[in-house]
Amino acid sequence: MDPRLVTAIEVVVGVPAILVAYIWGTERLVTLLPHRWHTRIRPWLWLAPTAGFLGLFLIYPTIRTVLRSLQGKGLTPRFVGLANYRWFFTNETAYSALLNNVLWLVFLTVFTVGLGLLVAVLVDRVRYESWAKSIIFLPLAISMVAAGVIWKFMYDYKPAGVPQTGTVNAVIGTAGLGPVGWLQSPSLRLSTFAMIAIMIWMWTGFAMVIISAALKGIDPALIEAARIDGANEWQVFRKVTFPLLGPTLAVVSTTMVITSLKTFDIVYTLTNGNYDTDVIANLMYNEMFSVGDFGRASAVAVVLLVAIVPVMAFNVRRFRAQEELR
Amino acid sequence: MTAVATTQVQKSVVRPTRPRRRRRRRVFLHLAVAALMALWAVPTVGLLVSSFRRQEVLSTSGWWTAIAPPYHFTMENYRAVFDQQGIGQAFVNSLFIAIPATIIPLVVAAFAAYAFSWMEFPGRDVLFVVVVALLVVPLQTTLIPILRLFADWGITGQFTAVWLAHTGYGLPFAVYLLRNFMGSLPRSVFESAAIDGANHVTSFFRIAVPMCVPAFAALAIFQFLFVWNDLLVSLIYIGLANPDNLPLTATMANLVNSLGGGWYLLAAAAFLSMFLPLAVFFGLQRYFVRGIVGGAVKG
Repeated sequence: MDPRLVTAIEVVVGVPAILVAYIWGTERLVTLLPHRWHTRIRPWLWLAPTAGFLGLFLIYPTIRTVLRSLQGKGLTPRFVGLANYRWFFTNETAYSALLNNVLWLVFLTVFTVGLGLLVAVLVDRVRYESWAKSIIFLPLAISMVAAGVIWKFMYDYKPAGVPQTGTVNAVIGTAGLGPVGWLQSPSLRLSTFAMIAIMIWMWTGFAMVIISAALKGIDPALIEAARIDGANEWQVFRKVTFPLLGPTLAVVSTTMVITSLKTFDIVYTLTNGNYDTDVIANLMYNEMFSVGDFGRASAVAVVLLVAIVPVMAFNVRRFRAQEELR
Repeated sequence: MTAVATTQVQKSVVRPTRPRRRRRRRVFLHLAVAALMALWAVPTVGLLVSSFRRQEVLSTSGWWTAIAPPYHFTMENYRAVFDQQGIGQAFVNSLFIAIPATIIPLVVAAFAAYAFSWMEFPGRDVLFVVVVALLVVPLQTTLIPILRLFADWGITGQFTAVWLAHTGYGLPFAVYLLRNFMGSLPRSVFESAAIDGANHVTSFFRIAVPMCVPAFAALAIFQFLFVWNDLLVSLIYIGLANPDNLPLTATMANLVNSLGGGWYLLAAAAFLSMFLPLAVFFGLQRYFVRGIVGGAVKG
């Protein structure tokens, strides 16, 4: 038998068993202590495994990355101050990647939230709603690599005069346009937009599902009241539904902002940053493994983290506000 | 107000034409929804059809020419995928990676979520805010130090490395979702259990866990899909040290990049990788949606 299979089975059975034994055993130990110590110690014992993982895999490495970004390359790096950041902000490729990430952020967020809202409102009025939602939601379940393959076929490009096998070029061909090399066109950052379209295809379902749930949570009496007052469908949407969806739209938007900042798989798979499509995360990957400069790669990661901090603050504030309502 | 009077006047004027207008609007609505459905389905359907087409025709004609008779579908691509390039092995690797990396964070998070929901201790709220903040930390910021750590431990290239990493990365969301669900269970249930002499261990296993089954299901689906579909984590912690252990996503990414004669394999390989997520999606869609909505909206 494959020794890896044995390990996997051991882990699947063993780790939960150890954790249960740990909770059970520590409970026994706690009860030996004086009573007032129970409530003081027990919570920390229950939190310890999570705290250990979070500390080791998220907090510690984040701090180390910030420190590493102030050092040069090599195994015994010297302190170089802000040189890595200076490199990042004065470098043509990094600037291009940053610009692409801004495009990702704006267009992916606007289109997924906009389309998600549109679809949620439309399907709310048809009887085959669940079917429509399933189809639009489905791309979210597959990997970005698989989505990349799907769209590699969609965007396939053959020289003019030969029958186009890519769906997109064939369709615009019927209107006498193209063919266009969608994934090989740096001009106007066309390839970046082509990849943003893929992610819109993937993530609209996410926005739709959440917005649709919020839509169903709106008290029908409010809508009815507006209709009785003589509002038409558009006015009802504009003045009642939309404002009530505000918090939900904010949540979906923050998720999309984070997704767009972290974009990696699609770009790595389809163009690997060629044709002016590089993004921050792919730049970092290449600094790590092609260039081997962990100092610069760390600086790139810190830039990404700093870009996400406002979102983090927003999330925490929203969470606090919700907790007060509990 | 005059508005009331005018709408009444309008109503009586408009009424005869209203049904027709409404019908026209319904037609428009159905057309719009159908167009959206088609637009979203075509890419996947195209790939599905392509994966069953013969190698020679794949590069000379579009997939839509294959859906009209005469039919020339073949299973040859799928057979080739299993024979070649270690894709079968990569599929097995993906399973090896995804199953433990789904179960471990679930168990770890359950205890923490219970403590956050039903135990009183100083600093509870602050700690939970830290978890909320960690939800959005990009995993890119953690790659280099953890790679170093794994190298020191001698586990780069092994499944253990990705199991540990995925547990760490998955925990904030797992704790967040489970705590929201557990915290919304009725307090009275736990109080009466405590009066009957149940300690926290008993309440956890007898009350909290059974009542949270839908949340566990949603979370398991989520974490499974996240790990199964992941590229970056396995590329970094496994990729360089031991390519034999790479999951399907990484093998496929290589196939796309080094597109020698692999074009015909690509469609079949992609569908092979999509098979499990799609099965999970169609079988457990309700839980999946609940996971997304519960994680993002309720709070």
